[in-house]
Amino acid sequence: MSFLTIFKVALRSLGRNPIRSFLSCLGIGIGIVAVILAMAIGEGAKTMMVKEISSMGNNLMMVFPERRNHGPVSGGMGQGQTMTAGDAEAIKRELGHLVQGVSPQVRTTVQMMYGAKNWAGNVQGVATDVLNISNWTVTDGRFFTDDETRLAARVCCIGTTVRSNLFGEDEDPVGKVIRLKNMTFKVIGVLGSKGANNWGQDQDDVIMAPYTSVQRYLQRSKFNNINMMNLSLVTMDDLEEARREVSALLRQRHHLADYQDNDFETRDTTEIMNTIGSVTGIVGTLLLIFSVITLVVGGIGIMNIMLVSVTERIKEIGLRMSIGATPGIILVQFCLEAMVLSTVGGAAGVCVGIGASYAVGAAAGWPVLVEPASAVYAFIISSIVGLFFGFYPAWRASKLNPIDCLRYE
Amino acid sequence: MSHLIEIRDMYKIYAVGGEPVHALDGVSLCVDEGEFVAIMGSSGSGKSTMLNILGCLDVPTKGSYLLDGIEVAARSRAELAKIRCMKLGFVFQNFNLLPRTSALENVELPDLYMGRLSRRERKARAMKLLERVGLKGRESHTPAQLSGGQQQRVAIARALMNNPPVVFADEPTGNLDTKSSVEIMNLFTELSNEGITIVMVTHEDDIAAYAKRHVVMRDGKIMRDDHGEGGKKTTEQVSQLVKEALA
Repeated sequence: MSFLTIFKVALRSLGRNPIRSFLSCLGIGIGIVAVILAMAIGEGAKTMMVKEISSMGNNLMMVFPERRNHGPVSGGMGQGQTMTAGDAEAIKRELGHLVQGVSPQVRTTVQMMYGAKNWAGNVQGVATDVLNISNWTVTDGRFFTDDETRLAARVCCIGTTVRSNLFGEDEDPVGKVIRLKNMTFKVIGVLGSKGANNWGQDQDDVIMAPYTSVQRYLQRSKFNNINMMNLSLVTMDDLEEARREVSALLRQRHHLADYQDNDFETRDTTEIMNTIGSVTGIVGTLLLIFSVITLVVGGIGIMNIMLVSVTERIKEIGLRMSIGATPGIILVQFCLEAMVLSTVGGAAGVCVGIGASYAVGAAAGWPVLVEPASAVYAFIISSIVGLFFGFYPAWRASKLNPIDCLRYE
Repeated sequence: MSHLIEIRDMYKIYAVGGEPVHALDGVSLCVDEGEFVAIMGSSGSGKSTMLNILGCLDVPTKGSYLLDGIEVAARSRAELAKIRCMKLGFVFQNFNLLPRTSALENVELPDLYMGRLSRRERKARAMKLLERVGLKGRESHTPAQLSGGQQQRVAIARALMNNPPVVFADEPTGNLDTKSSVEIMNLFTELSNEGITIVMVTHEDDIAAYAKRHVVMRDGKIMRDDHGEGGKKTTEQVSQLVKEALA
């Protein structure tokens, strides 16, 4: 008896009990829907987070001065005063093959005023490269130039939150003069909105001015130190080399001896990516465990039905054996029946799962990503589940004695 | 000349509650091609055990069994299944047709396991056999749509599907009314006249009267083996024969 014939016999047997077959498919189907849905949502969440991370910057690498402690007082990140704008310029000059943009950054919080309105917020002193490094755009007006940076011009670009608080939606801020602390600055542009970042902080609540101007007029600093620098690498593949080269250059510029530790720290988005990867990994593992549980439940359902089926069809088994079915053929037939149930359930589950993924995505405004591979996996897994849970009932059927079967009442 | 069925000194011993029961107690029997044998005896006489072993559904505890020239007494389950498939046809008391399956498919079934014919040939042969047993036009009926007698005809057609040298019938009329019984037995007689070997188990004298040879059993032993030299027997003659055998 050919395999194909056994397969047809199995199909005919299932067809004699359509409702039961449907119900036993259902368990596996639901399990597979859960698997597909879990994978799609998991992948979607991951891509969304990766997208948000990359919105932070283009091949971003950050360099902070070391944390410095003054006696018992611990300084926070970026409080050391060892890093200067000269370091940023040196990196740009010396490491152009690795770094495509450098922007020193100084930060201060000021009270800003325009007419009768005022608003407290962050002023970032930056260089022109920041636009490319951090994916900023300018929607109205223009950004400041390298010349204005060199001359410490009192010009600034404002974020949309600052704009709506100082100017409202109707007034055009470009060309207007605002006061930061007690210095006047001219608004020359409005930054494109970036919305909240991953930590919920409003990135549009910002004013950007040349770092030289912020140092001179707002910090009133006699020193050239900066809070941090943002670097944009040519490619993320050179991250390790860039880190090494930047460190070497800064150590040289800071006259550090071999026995001294770095007086700066580097950070990059791969670290954040890794953290996110481990979080989504944990979530993915959890989802996987749930999926496995539902599949096992579905498989037990099939096993249950097959055991009932073997008992119920004991006369049929006896007859088939008496007219020439070997134990092996009976085994294959019942295994195939279980596998057909589970794969049909699995295939239906794949279809419903993909549909449900997009439905959930549309309803929750969440990106879903159905990988074609996951559908294939689900299909394979469901047939394996069928074989695994169908084997025992099939084995029992094959061990039956034809005489006992034929006499069974 | 070798016999179609040849059993020698066969024992079948069951252990019931630790005590051995001899269902077959040193039986020897030969059946030649074309014979129509009725194995008779009351319940517990060992006739069903005999038929099970002859039908390769069961294996003897001891003894040899040559079927169509091959030794089958000590074979694996799979080998026995193949032998049943190729050499034997079965007709059961309770028909044992597949439910919710057409008469045609029921008849085709043995060849599925044999795999000898093409799909078209198989269907043609099954149609021919159904016509042979008088069920032309009912090929698509399921067992539930057929009377008992008709179901048994389907079973007979199925038994003939693989063209086996022997057909075994286990109380083939046990579940039928008198009229259907007569029809079925007439059919068996016709088949026998066509040269098909039939071994039938029955405890009814009138049914046994259709057979040409009568084997009477008691307590696992053959008490009488009448080859029917005196021509076809009436029911009364069969009753007389059984009575004498068991006296």
